Amino acid sequence: MRPEWTDFVGGKWVSEVNVRDFIQKNYTPYDGDDSFLAEATQNTKDLWNQVLDLQKQEREAGGVLDMDTKVVSTITSHGPGYLDKSKETIVGFQTDKPFKRSLQPYGGIRMAEKACADNGYTVDPEISEFFSTHRKTHNAGCFDAYNPEMRACRSSHIITGLPDAYGRGRIIGDYRRVALYGIDRLIEDKEEQKASTGRVMTDDVIRLREELSEQITALKMMKVMAASYGCDISKPASNVQEAIQATYFGYLCAVKEQNGAAMSLGRTSTFLDCYAQRDLKNGTFTEEQIQEFVDHFIMKLRCVRFARTPEYNQIFAGDPVWITESLGGVGIDGRHMVTKMSFRYLHTLTNLGPSPEPNLTVLWSTRLPENWKKYCAKMSILTSSIQYENDDLMRVTHGDDYAIACCVSSMRVGKEMQFFGARANLAKCLLYALNGGVDEVTKKQVGPKYRPVAGDVLDYEDVLAKFKDMMEWQADVYVNTLNIIHYMHDKYCYERAQMALHDRDVRRYFATGIAGLSIVADSLSAIKYAKVEPIRDEDGIIIDFKTTGDFPKYGNDDDRVDEIAQHIVSFFMTALRRHHTYRDGFPTMSVLTITSNVTYGKATGNTPDGRKKGQPFAPGANPMHGRDTHGAVASLSSVAKLPFMDAQDGISNTFTIIPGALGKEDKVFAGDIDMELDLGLDK
Amino acid sequence: MTQGRIHSIETFGTVDGPGVRFVVFVQGCPMRCAYCHNPDTWAMEGGTMMEPSEIIEQYERNKGFYRGGGITVTGGEPLMQIDFLIDLFTLAKQKEIHTCIDSSGIAYKPDANPQWLEKLDHLLTLTDLVMLDIKHINPEKHKKLTEQPNEGILAFCSYLNEKKVPMWIRHVVVPTITDDDESLYQLGYFIGQFTNLKALDLLPYHTMGKVKYEKLGMKYPLEGVPAMDKNKIIQKKKTVLEGVRARRLEMGLIK
Repeated sequence: MRPEWTDFVGGKWVSEVNVRDFIQKNYTPYDGDDSFLAEATQNTKDLWNQVLDLQKQEREAGGVLDMDTKVVSTITSHGPGYLDKSKETIVGFQTDKPFKRSLQPYGGIRMAEKACADNGYTVDPEISEFFSTHRKTHNAGCFDAYNPEMRACRSSHIITGLPDAYGRGRIIGDYRRVALYGIDRLIEDKEEQKASTGRVMTDDVIRLREELSEQITALKMMKVMAASYGCDISKPASNVQEAIQATYFGYLCAVKEQNGAAMSLGRTSTFLDCYAQRDLKNGTFTEEQIQEFVDHFIMKLRCVRFARTPEYNQIFAGDPVWITESLGGVGIDGRHMVTKMSFRYLHTLTNLGPSPEPNLTVLWSTRLPENWKKYCAKMSILTSSIQYENDDLMRVTHGDDYAIACCVSSMRVGKEMQFFGARANLAKCLLYALNGGVDEVTKKQVGPKYRPVAGDVLDYEDVLAKFKDMMEWQADVYVNTLNIIHYMHDKYCYERAQMALHDRDVRRYFATGIAGLSIVADSLSAIKYAKVEPIRDEDGIIIDFKTTGDFPKYGNDDDRVDEIAQHIVSFFMTALRRHHTYRDGFPTMSVLTITSNVTYGKATGNTPDGRKKGQPFAPGANPMHGRDTHGAVASLSSVAKLPFMDAQDGISNTFTIIPGALGKEDKVFAGDIDMELDLGLDK
Repeated sequence: MTQGRIHSIETFGTVDGPGVRFVVFVQGCPMRCAYCHNPDTWAMEGGTMMEPSEIIEQYERNKGFYRGGGITVTGGEPLMQIDFLIDLFTLAKQKEIHTCIDSSGIAYKPDANPQWLEKLDHLLTLTDLVMLDIKHINPEKHKKLTEQPNEGILAFCSYLNEKKVPMWIRHVVVPTITDDDESLYQLGYFIGQFTNLKALDLLPYHTMGKVKYEKLGMKYPLEGVPAMDKNKIIQKKKTVLEGVRARRLEMGLIK
């Protein structure tokens, strides 16, 4: 074994690139509590104050502190940047100084220009000219290939949020590989992969060979970039500080080259704990030092910035990077995967204060250790900064080395990636079904000219049949549009740094999404169980509804309507599965418009459930606001009934509750009030 | 099976007993506590009639949420519907569901008719926890606050202790009415004698119930009384615990 691996338990990971095997052989589950955690050091406090000051300046400057307008960002385009070199134990910024946003035109030059212009900057005319005339972008490619129907769907918002003008994101490189193996070994591995491609030069083989070459170039550039910070990542990391640094450099290369809609980190904590355990045992570092490394790492993640337009920020409710890090979970051998490092990551919320980024996500299982559950609960109450996902559900399909991209998209790290796919607006599709493909807002014929509903009262069977026909059409145009988008993104904005940290043959999830599920469920329920009369305008287009009588509403654990919701999810997924997908992507679907539900609502007319034109959709798979009247459990149950296998890219439910309703102060999950303890304290 | 007269059901109760609980609010209460935040549960008529099996069915549908929790019956005054409670808890115990009654104790009289007491004994064998809300330790002040005497309620504590039913004492602390240290100490001194006492839960009075009175067209009895400062509750709790401690020292229960 290499000297950097001394004291580690060997295994398959030694002879092949296999981070999971390394983790399984070497990690130490931790059952204890949070009492071992160390406070922030003075250096950490000083650096964090600097960051806070920069954040303040950024806010005062209207949201952007500085933008690069001349240098196109690549892995090696910028020299090193620091907060205070003498105090930073983990280094590296996207550009040559903190909070300076990089210029990334490969997704689309117009978006890059607009992002600058809206913030008071101007892209260097030479760069604009170059990316308009000499070098095509992803965005230009998409619009070259779109057909008129796709354009119409796009502008009428029946398909919405398409990543055709910016980076698609949602790909997680296995950044841990940089630490465990060092770049040289990874290059060797990629060279071998290139030598192993098919001999007949079909389109697929040519593309693969070109991509592998791109990946190798990216790996070589990573070394150069790291060297500019005085770090040698050609070899494996030899201690926890180097391991964190190398992992971060891997991630940093990704965000230097991709301004993606979600740039997630993966599942790094338990991996890094293997190094921390070894260093603690050997006396290489103290707990305080290790916490300092972690604090500085997290601090760097909190400084990731992208150049974006106000419209983009509106859709995504802010300027999120979605640096999701997945913590905990349970292994397939039954051992939980909580380590001291899992605690250290959450502890940054204490040492640095609460923050939405990185998006610390606990993979929850009933079998997690009690002390960890308590600590999570405590930190959630204190900081409201933790996301939870159901590990027991996802482990079944993804094993124990998957991570979450963005908010809910799960994928096995380094082995699977995702083609991110925006959303189909099902509420609007239902209206198209009623109106024979005519858009209820623009009055244009966008969908196919099917026969509209006739008569004065909507008939459930008739509407459902028409809705299904229209969903088939919507799925068709949706998948075709995505095929173009991902073809062009691979061609003009390929994620070479992230894909260099993947296996050769990755599974590609072809992710799609739906919006407006609760509206559709309630609308169909109203048509079925109450009396819904359509109101037509002078052109005979249905623009409103008169609903008489009550009807079951999604969110009350009432199977009559919950089954409609389940049925729609499964039906649309089946329709999607029928299609050819680019690069044989494995189709999945999500129900998760956490932030864009407001925007979608604006573009959608009155719906039969009583929602008025312009009113927001419920977020994700949520019941419509105020319609879940049977308490939280009933509401959650309705959502939980949705079939995960037909919405494998994730189902989200945004749940808000006043703290007082969750229990008594910090005793919420801490157990009953202990009489003996209380009396003891009183002495 | 005896049907229950139910005011409402909360499927996600987190403050009415251990864990996440399925909370059944029954309709009807003889008390008229000035600070009651559920005056809509007072009337002995109205509400919805429900079968015990219907309630258990609803619980079972989502029992995954109630791990470590269970069913709490509150109200209204649960013990006013003792036959229903017995039927409900009999079914619950068959399913190994943790059962809890949140009561004011007003239904209990030591000299109640033997048949009722027999039923009570039966019910208590099916009950894992009683949360007893003592409104005031002082008889006159209790009468003034609730329009009911407190002798029976205090006797109910002894009764539960005899039957070894685990008991939490809850007490609402209302500024100027129940927040004087003397009363709080006396309360502690009284409950300190019971070994079935498992927890003490001091609830700061809030004014959120006021809206309901307005909706019902009723005059709010505590108009002008401010909400209890949450931070002061910790000190008030200490005062009660001092009473508990004093009593337990006297009895040689603690050293």
